[in-house]
Amino acid sequence: MAPMGDGLREHGVLGGRYDNKEEKMEELLEILGDLHPEVDFTTAKDLVTGGILDSFDIVSLISEINEEFDITIGAAELTPENFASAETIYALIKAKLDDED
Amino acid sequence: MLFTSYEFLLFLLVVFIMYYLLPGRAQWSFLLLASYAFYFMCDPRYLIFIMVTTVTTFFAAKKISDKKESFDAWFKEHKKEYEKEERKALKAKEHSAEKKIFLACLLFNLGILAVTKYTNFTIANINSILNTFGRPDGISFVDLIIPMGISFYTFQSMGYLIDVFNGKFKAQDNLFKFALFVSFFPQLVQGPISRYADLSQTLYEEHKFDWRTVSFGLERILWGFFKKLVIADRILVVVQAIIADPDTYNGFYAFAGAMFYALELYADFTGGIDITIGVAETMGIKVTENFIRPYFSKNIKEYWNRWHITMGTWFTDYIFYPISASQFMMKLSKKSRARLGNNLGKRVPVYLSSFIVWFTTGIWHGASWNFIVWGLGNFVVIMISQELEPFYRWFHSKVHVDGTFGWRLFQVIRTVLIMSSLRMFDCYRDVPLTFKMFGSIFADSCLAQLTPAAFTGMGITGFDYAVVFIGMLILVAVSLIQRSGSVRVKIANCAAPVRFIIWYSLFMATLIFGAYGIGYSASQFIYNQF
Repeated sequence: MAPMGDGLREHGVLGGRYDNKEEKMEELLEILGDLHPEVDFTTAKDLVTGGILDSFDIVSLISEINEEFDITIGAAELTPENFASAETIYALIKAKLDDED
Repeated sequence: MLFTSYEFLLFLLVVFIMYYLLPGRAQWSFLLLASYAFYFMCDPRYLIFIMVTTVTTFFAAKKISDKKESFDAWFKEHKKEYEKEERKALKAKEHSAEKKIFLACLLFNLGILAVTKYTNFTIANINSILNTFGRPDGISFVDLIIPMGISFYTFQSMGYLIDVFNGKFKAQDNLFKFALFVSFFPQLVQGPISRYADLSQTLYEEHKFDWRTVSFGLERILWGFFKKLVIADRILVVVQAIIADPDTYNGFYAFAGAMFYALELYADFTGGIDITIGVAETMGIKVTENFIRPYFSKNIKEYWNRWHITMGTWFTDYIFYPISASQFMMKLSKKSRARLGNNLGKRVPVYLSSFIVWFTTGIWHGASWNFIVWGLGNFVVIMISQELEPFYRWFHSKVHVDGTFGWRLFQVIRTVLIMSSLRMFDCYRDVPLTFKMFGSIFADSCLAQLTPAAFTGMGITGFDYAVVFIGMLILVAVSLIQRSGSVRVKIANCAAPVRFIIWYSLFMATLIFGAYGIGYSASQFIYNQF
């Protein structure tokens, strides 16, 4: 079975930069870590409702995510649910990549 | 009709009895009737405004929703017939068609709000410019009606429209149900600004009389009246005296005025919201909370997440995010990061969007430069606090005070002082005078001002100050107890005699110590004017 990244790369979405979920997640964790070095984003949940990410953080985050993954996250998608954890943010990125495909 | 008037209490009693006597399926229709009757009694002319907003928003949202639904169904069936680029083009075309309807409705309704609230402010500014160029005659002011609560119901309706446009939910099919969402009387005049997804959960449901729900609602109403009548309306007299005579009441008095105003505004606004939520609760309807002990916040950013929450989230979701996530801001972000480096560059679009939001928040509060400067003052404080974060991180790595009682107390006092200083713009007649009075706190304060006679000469007696002080202690105590869960649940778990004593004491305290009678008149809630 072909790895997940192959399909994405085939369509030029990822530009061959990330091969699989682990690499994308690693990049996402790096972006999150730059924002809040004191938080362990691999385990942290309820990032928005728990007060870790505020609206300023979310905007900084999407501008970096949009650029890094070459997607467009719109205002309507900036919900506490989508930014609850690294996993949900990853799911949003994946949904955008799939959608744009 | 004021919440604190006898007419309102009578109105409430009639609505409450009728609501539970009617069959469940007729309850929401009756509430719509009651809401329109309430607004009619405030001023019959207001009804035209709310009806126009209701009808235009309902039909625009319905049209968008129907279009979205039929397009999605068609797209699902036919998408395989098109190439990727064609699919994108089809989606873009559909989006653009929906956007036209959305923008027409949005601009029309915001236009009504702008014309009614800001025409005379605009004329005053034009006149001031004309005057500078030697044309003192200027343009005449116009006599416009400003419907009570127009900012609240317009924002609530536009929030609904935006959510439908963004596909968060399907538009309401029933015009009358939507009309109730816009006009629901307890929250019509001072919010909270409810979201359709939240309020609609319980607004249209059938509600059977449930003693626990009703008693919780009544308790909340009583608590609201206590805050408003015992504390807010009593200390209001002193605040008004200090503001009215800035030449006499400068220095320490200006500081005291700012502190009293912080207390008055808190008791007034949260009291009003308690009544709103309590009234809805007696009928089984859940209205979103608007405050979570805001004065206990550790900084201004947190304060704005805990004060007038529904307004804050409205501005964040519908103004801050759309602006900061726009293509323009994303491009600006890219450019500023390239020029200024990643760290500084990524903050440019955030601050620019935040500036716009705070300007809008200011002018939403009132058509005057005082409110605009107040809004921008908040922006400056938040920006400074954001920029100081690395310093605080460094400070806490060296000095281990974070989490201690002393540091928490310092943070709370800092929040109260900053917010109270900014709120001086609410009080004084113009911006220069506010700056002057703020300066006078440092320049003119002296011990000689601290005489009991000076304070009792402001319209209330030493006894009144004692009542306010005890009232404030009760507020603080309740807030502290709330941290470990609902106070009303705790009361409900007490033995019957204890419950009775608490209710009776609160009722009697409001009745006896409420600021009404000779020398007082229960004043309008501060947020009614917005």
